[in-house]
Amino acid sequence: MAKITLDNLAHSYYPNATKEDDFALKELNHVWADGEAYALLGSSGCGKSTLLNIISGLLNPSQGRILFDDVDVTQASTADRNIAQVFQFPVVYDTMTVRDNLAFPLKNRGASAQYIADRVQQIGAMIGMEAELDKRARGLTADAKQKISLGRGMVREDVNALLFDEPLTVIDPHMKWELRTQLKSLHHEFGHTMIYVTHDQTEALTFADKVVVMYDGRVVQIGTPEQLFDKPEHTFVGYFIGSPGMNVIPAQVSGNAAIVQGMTVELGQSFGALDGKVEIGIRPEFVTLTEGKGLPVKVRRVEDVGRHKIIRAELFGEEINIVAGEDQTIGADMNCVTFDPDRVNVYVNDWLKEGEVAG
Amino acid sequence: MNKTVNQKAWFLVLPVLVLVAFSAVIPIMTVVNYSVQDTFGNNQFFWAGLEWFETMLHSERMWDALGRQLMFSAIILAIQIPLGVFVALNMPKSGFWSSFCLVMMSLPLLIPWNVVGTIWQIFGRVDIGLLGYTLDAIGIEYNYTQNVLAAWVTIIVMDVWHWTSLVALLAFAGLKSIPDAYYQAAKIDQASRWAVFRYIELPKMMGVLMIAILLRFMDSFMIYTEPFVVTGGGPGNSTTLLSIDLVKMALGQFDLGPAAAFSLMYYLVILMISWVFYTVMVNMDKKEEGK
Repeated sequence: MAKITLDNLAHSYYPNATKEDDFALKELNHVWADGEAYALLGSSGCGKSTLLNIISGLLNPSQGRILFDDVDVTQASTADRNIAQVFQFPVVYDTMTVRDNLAFPLKNRGASAQYIADRVQQIGAMIGMEAELDKRARGLTADAKQKISLGRGMVREDVNALLFDEPLTVIDPHMKWELRTQLKSLHHEFGHTMIYVTHDQTEALTFADKVVVMYDGRVVQIGTPEQLFDKPEHTFVGYFIGSPGMNVIPAQVSGNAAIVQGMTVELGQSFGALDGKVEIGIRPEFVTLTEGKGLPVKVRRVEDVGRHKIIRAELFGEEINIVAGEDQTIGADMNCVTFDPDRVNVYVNDWLKEGEVAG
Repeated sequence: MNKTVNQKAWFLVLPVLVLVAFSAVIPIMTVVNYSVQDTFGNNQFFWAGLEWFETMLHSERMWDALGRQLMFSAIILAIQIPLGVFVALNMPKSGFWSSFCLVMMSLPLLIPWNVVGTIWQIFGRVDIGLLGYTLDAIGIEYNYTQNVLAAWVTIIVMDVWHWTSLVALLAFAGLKSIPDAYYQAAKIDQASRWAVFRYIELPKMMGVLMIAILLRFMDSFMIYTEPFVVTGGGPGNSTTLLSIDLVKMALGQFDLGPAAAFSLMYYLVILMISWVFYTVMVNMDKKEEGK
């Protein structure tokens, strides 16, 4: 178990990268606290797996350092870093039995036979495969194979960190839930530093203490699920987290009011003069459909998802989403929206701008 | 649903039947015909029953040729399979040099058999051949026309040169199909180089390797042209492999009956060994899946 520090880290797949666009992973400084569970969230191709492979030593970064508990391991091999990693697609050693598969990392490190036998039995129980321990790995289903991969990742107790690269992609939904719960309880029990890469926000939010959101090779926000919901620091976070995501509307902001297409929207904070592309962001949960009060919208359709209703509407030609209570009736004359002033965030060039709390 | 019965559909099979008849059945039946008859010339044939088969089964000459043939195939497989795998493991995995290696290795495969034979026949000659002359000059006694060992080494090295690339290419294809994640996982698990080969690469290559073994076995078991061009079966009968012996018997001595019986048995041996191979391969897959 270790604290992992990323110091000035960046990576490009080109040998001589100069432009910022060449970097798959842009300059990054971050400390992964010892024993915390992190989720690394972002859309495909945003650099999540690159970052993970750099931490585990499968990839050498173009610049910067990685420290485990203040020891520089940038040049150290994967073996020396003592890290466990589970990949997106199941990797099992076909010709071995399930038992030998689980024992493999321990054998390679020269653990005692008695310890290996006990530990494998324990892990077998944890992944629910005690009955299949003596079967060959080859004939098993993808589910079972991935469980073996997970088991092999967890079998060593002394690892510095456990890394998961979208490990539950191939697993059935109900099994996903169970395995995720297992991982969480494992985390509580042993307190490993865990980093869990995913593009599924539910997975990220339920698994992790802290969620790291990446966008275009950059870490845009690190925070608790609550922080990500309330104060997305980047419009991408607002859009990516939440279902549906945050509404982002171009506006001019002066003082404690935003002007959208000539109409005033009240804000909870007040701002000085802002340069650049100014937008306001409001979560659909804090938009209210009204009769004649606020900004004019045209309701396109209403989706009833059971717990609440999602209203897809049009505001000055742009799409806007509204979440309404399940028992709220949507009348034909409801053609305006109001925003909760305290929940409106202001973005300049896609980044969150904090203002003064209005007196 | 009612199936319509229309026996005319059999006519659709006819073209294939005709084709197979002319390409395989009729030629083989001619051989069968020869094998049960005797002739003293003038195109007059007499029924001989299974006499030729009995003769051939007791013929020392055939058993000797079969022994040499089995030894040749065994040596060929024992060298080419491990060597091919070794070459494939050490080839660049991608980029310009990978393509370069592939092309270079394919070259021997494209050379016709008798040309390969001629190349090595000249290459190994003590008077004008680069290899023979050099060996002779540094004092190694090498003469494939007189020395049995030299003759065997020459035809084996020649076959290795000609066909190892095939095994290497097949093994390389098998290796290329292994996803990167396997190697990464092995690194994470701290597997040694040997363990990576034993538990990842070899199992993933097993399918293509079985095909390589089968192909190389069948080809080497039927080999004729190359050793015939180089040694002509000599010195003595020391490199007279089955097919060389067969041709000597059929065309050299014009013993049609025994040669026909011989070739049928030859054919059955190849068929049998290939069938055993195939069954083992299929069962291996089934066993792995069923377990």
